[in-house]
Amino acid sequence: MPYKIAIASGKGGTGKTSVSVSLQHFIRKQFTNQVQLVDCDVEEPNDILFFPNATKKNSKIITQRVPKIDKNQCNFCKKCADYCEFNAISIIPSIKMAKVNSSLCHSCGACLVACEQSAIKETEQPIGLINFYHEKNHINLIEGELKIGSAMQTLVIKEVKKQASKQSQIILYDAPPGTSCPVVETISDVDFIILVSEPTPFGLHDLKLMVELLNELQKPYCVIINKAGIGNRDIYTYLKQEQIEILGEIPFDQEYATNYANGSLLKTIPQKISKEFEIITDKLIKRVYA
Amino acid sequence: MMEMTILSGKGGTGKTSITAALSGLVQSAVLCDNDVDAADLHLILHPDIIEEHAFASGWKAEIDTSKCKRCGICQSHCRFDAIHTNAAEKLVINPFQCEGCRLCERICPEQAIRSEQYTNNYWYVSNTRFGTLVHAKMGPGEENSGKLVTQVRKKAKEIALANQKEWIINDGPPGIGCAAIASLTGTDLALIVIEPSKSSLHDADRLIKLIESFKIPVFALINKFDLNLELSQSIANYLKTKNIPLVAKIPFDKAMVHAMINKQTIVEYQPNSNISKEIKKLWHKIQLSTHTIDLHPTI
Repeated sequence: MPYKIAIASGKGGTGKTSVSVSLQHFIRKQFTNQVQLVDCDVEEPNDILFFPNATKKNSKIITQRVPKIDKNQCNFCKKCADYCEFNAISIIPSIKMAKVNSSLCHSCGACLVACEQSAIKETEQPIGLINFYHEKNHINLIEGELKIGSAMQTLVIKEVKKQASKQSQIILYDAPPGTSCPVVETISDVDFIILVSEPTPFGLHDLKLMVELLNELQKPYCVIINKAGIGNRDIYTYLKQEQIEILGEIPFDQEYATNYANGSLLKTIPQKISKEFEIITDKLIKRVYA
Repeated sequence: MMEMTILSGKGGTGKTSITAALSGLVQSAVLCDNDVDAADLHLILHPDIIEEHAFASGWKAEIDTSKCKRCGICQSHCRFDAIHTNAAEKLVINPFQCEGCRLCERICPEQAIRSEQYTNNYWYVSNTRFGTLVHAKMGPGEENSGKLVTQVRKKAKEIALANQKEWIINDGPPGIGCAAIASLTGTDLALIVIEPSKSSLHDADRLIKLIESFKIPVFALINKFDLNLELSQSIANYLKTKNIPLVAKIPFDKAMVHAMINKQTIVEYQPNSNISKEIKKLWHKIQLSTHTIDLHPTI
């Protein structure tokens, strides 16, 4: 079984993607080729921007099952609407209306069970894509891409995670920002979580939210402080007080920031940054094989 | 009254810092934090809470193991893979995977399943030095952030109407999923914060495609524009093709972080800085433009 690591943060823009992409690079360099990156930030997947030589091997459409009511069979009893906890079904018997609002549907299947007239069938509605990218004959990036306008990001994350290779030694999940259901879905089955934070009041506040969530889920985690040197020292005080391990610190570096902006993160890595990632990777690998 | 939502697609481009700065400039506004997942606006506005409300986000099912006969009907019907056999060979529901559809509860032949409403979310009405703030705190791992966004916006609108405020300023969530959709539905205009990076432009493009389906006016600003002039130019060109007015180019300055540490907006912290001047200009431009937008055309 592959060892699964999620890279999460709470706050957006702290450097989840840079850390994910860099970690894969350094794990490959120092340890194994069998490391797959899975972009679970399906609303805004960005990992591919850092693989200029990668090509899309194929794509798979992800669909959601949405009920369709056959009005010829329906007796407008409203049982399906009563069963639907998400208010996605409206039935008005007087005008023989039976309508499903697909944007509210969670595809739970309750309406199918409710209907005694066999008037409900399900149709597949596209909600996103899974994109497989390869470079030098390795599929090293799998990306979930939410269809614009769809609110089913959590389902897309669930599906994209199923596509990761069981043959990999290590799988890295680049998580979405926030602390709600999409993040929970991403980290639900991982062995370890790396929280990427920055030493600013916003970074610290949102880090605390993630720590609260991970403690509740009883998941092991540690922190990488990114952009170290900006802001203040409050995050260090907090981590010490809570006895949370700092896996490493990536100093704020203008050249590295520019490389990030241009999508050339892995082309030339400033020495002080690569040194830090080498140490982080070593520590991480020790944990994987502990 | 006009409602403006500040969004970005990508996180960390500066939405909250810009929203905070605008909050101090808008004379007559209700402020509303729509980023209920990781709300940060209150760190600058330090609100005095005057109302606290619990918010029920949905249901979570639980199996009474003393009644359960382990027939497995619930497990085979659960489409969220939330029902598992635990170490003691009992069927249990993982609350973090439970979607709250209550189907298991309805089909259990032993009536061994019950659902409870989760009220681990709160929303607040607060006083701040810039006026009323409506904000929220989600419990960790909660669902339905979209519903909570809709709730805080509804309250902000009520307060704005009751007090004849001219503006509602929404600090939006990142992304383009359910929270962003809930933040955009019914708003009057969107302001997008882009930074000069390929990721930010890529994400803004997906956001703009989403906003196009709402058919509302959009303005954009480039934050930290001088960090990469070439990409800033590409963003400006892109916006031109989309007919989106670029209302500000805000320079990079560590003062932005220092203001945050001081719990102040950049306009309070350094009122005469280039950033502050640029933000004031941007607010002026938006006000001018909105006077020309007829939101309620007479037919």
